[in-house]
Amino acid sequence: MAITEVPHIVTARRGYEDSHTLERYLATGGYEGLRKALTMTPEAVASEVDTASLLGRGGAGFPAGRKWSMLRKDPLTYLVINGDESEPATFKDHLLIESDPHQLIEGVLIAAYALQVTRAFIYVRGEFALGLERVQQALNDAYDHGAVGADIFASGFSIDVVVHPGAGAYICGEETALLESLEGKRGFPRIKPPFFPAAIGLYGQPTVVNNVETMSNLPWIILNGGAAFAALGAGRSTGTRLFALSGRVRNPGAYELEMVKTTFRDLIYAPVLGGGIRGSNQLKAFIPGGVSAPWFGPDQVDLPLGQDEVGDAGSMLGSGSIVVMDSADCVVRAAWRITKFFARESCGQCTPCREGSGWLERVLYRIEHGTGREEDLDLLLDVSDNISPGLQWPPQQTTICVLGPSIPSSIHSAIEMFRDEFLLHIKEGACPHA
Amino acid sequence: MSLTQENLARAKELIALYPEPRSALIPLCHLVQEQDGWLRPDAMEEVAALVGVTPAEVRGTATFYDMLHTESVGTYAISVCTNIACLLDGAAELLEHAEGTLGIGVGGTTADGAITLEEAECLADCDRTPCVQVNHRYVGAQSLESFDQLVADLRAGRRADTIPNHGTLVRVRRTVGLKADPAQIAAERAAMAAAQADRAAAKAPVGGSSS
Ligand SMILES: Cc1cc2nc3c(=O)[nH]c(=O)nc-3n(C[C@H](O)[C@H](O)[C@H](O)COP(=O)(O)O)c2cc1C
Ligand code: SF4
Repeated sequence: MAITEVPHIVTARRGYEDSHTLERYLATGGYEGLRKALTMTPEAVASEVDTASLLGRGGAGFPAGRKWSMLRKDPLTYLVINGDESEPATFKDHLLIESDPHQLIEGVLIAAYALQVTRAFIYVRGEFALGLERVQQALNDAYDHGAVGADIFASGFSIDVVVHPGAGAYICGEETALLESLEGKRGFPRIKPPFFPAAIGLYGQPTVVNNVETMSNLPWIILNGGAAFAALGAGRSTGTRLFALSGRVRNPGAYELEMVKTTFRDLIYAPVLGGGIRGSNQLKAFIPGGVSAPWFGPDQVDLPLGQDEVGDAGSMLGSGSIVVMDSADCVVRAAWRITKFFARESCGQCTPCREGSGWLERVLYRIEHGTGREEDLDLLLDVSDNISPGLQWPPQQTTICVLGPSIPSSIHSAIEMFRDEFLLHIKEGACPHA
Repeated sequence: MSLTQENLARAKELIALYPEPRSALIPLCHLVQEQDGWLRPDAMEEVAALVGVTPAEVRGTATFYDMLHTESVGTYAISVCTNIACLLDGAAELLEHAEGTLGIGVGGTTADGAITLEEAECLADCDRTPCVQVNHRYVGAQSLESFDQLVADLRAGRRADTIPNHGTLVRVRRTVGLKADPAQIAAERAAMAAAQADRAAAKAPVGGSSS
């Protein structure tokens, strides 16, 4: 299938100015998936999602159907939607929340019905002021429309949905930190085991946590069938995904593409997509899945956009965000800034993450600013190794959550791929790109 | 200075949406900021009383979050992202320019109280770089020139129709309370309150032994 012939599953309404309104939503098939789901048994709905093989779109890529089947049986269970999107360079949930909030809500309602949950929370990143307003308005309208509340669409099923604002903390995207935050506390990730949300989640009750994009796929899956979704893509990576492309390309943006059938080269260079590198520079490196992911070089540009394909090559598709760096960009500066981010956002519970991130940031800073020493490269790798022993992929973990072991990704990549550039900074006592 | 009657009513509506009152802590902090622009100490005490925790717990939670301010903030908080995608597109230079134009460093507020400058982490709008928000509303990619214009417009009140004063996050209010089976909601609340009491009892010091 050509890139442009792929069905638009989550971005079908993108061309409309009023895509966020109930009127537009209803005029374009909105809430039909929910109506259909309500005529099915909850088990049949869950089974469609299982057939679809829908992988979670939040970063870890866990199959949604499997996650649902793991929810511990209890009279009181919750559904929590992760709309905290703060992984640097990730901006697809932002788009889905602002431009198609009803699609998100419909997905949440379908999931709630399948799980027989009567209360769902949509946790939206605090910095999304417009997004928060759009989801709240859509929710108000959905209640009026009879899609949410008591006995929805006269089906006998009742459900309440609450939109909950975050307040600015990257770590709250980690699902157990998000639950703490939703309980009114600091966003400290919980220790797993025992605190797997499906067993002990919100208020200690079994909880499913799913990402915004994961939910936004559900109306289409129910209307068209899980098999139709699974027919797209290949292997475990089915359907489409909304990829966020940024950096040195002509057309940065969010593009919905078929999984696996599209490559990084297509995304970066196709005229209808990234349009190639800006100006006359060359591709130097790219980050395939958010700044927690190890980097790739130009020789990996023909890899398919698939979860296992990228995983086997030593990185991850993660949050589906691709950052392109070109020959004029300084990789030391890039690695320093990414590390500064982690140092700032570490919640501070674990020593390797809290102390290590600060150390690494300071060493990278001095190299970038011309006062580094040759031993600094070994020091960087040594400190990294203390956070994530062996520096392998997938990483070993010495910390409560995987923010810690994500810190070395960019540093290790940059040193492995561009050691000479680090040494040049040290030798010249300045950044050669400055 | 405390919550107005109207805001107190809104606070109670917010608390009613959750199985445990404490869950409303962050929404209530946003509400206080909407009223006062930041979290005054007495307002934190009021939030604490409303959700049933100590004032220290409110402060301890609030200080964890970048958007909750325990010190006063300008009418407009300008956030300049300098994370990776923006960094590749001149964000560091923009931030330096902003400091020069405004005559303040990151975290500072101009003498007239109009503007606070913040260096932000990724704001999730990476196809419009370098990315800037004012009071958490996107204002699009900024050049050095357009930034100066933005500041002039803000100072002259020309953006007031689209950008409310700092603290007002969501202007759309929830219009309905919980609608699902009331008996079930009541049972859920009772179960939560019992669990909370159990936890409190477990935490209370027992016979002077501390472990
Ligand atoms: C440090 C950290 C930050 C994360 N941030 C997000 C986020 O912003 N949004 C998100 O959906 N998942 C995020 N995740 C992943 C969540 O923990 C969780 O796996 C996900 O929300 C589950 O939804 P899914 O299965 O539908 O993908 C983060 C994980 C970590 C460790
Ligand atoms: S790894 Fe870092 S962010 Fe995660 S819990 Fe530990 S200190 Fe907090």
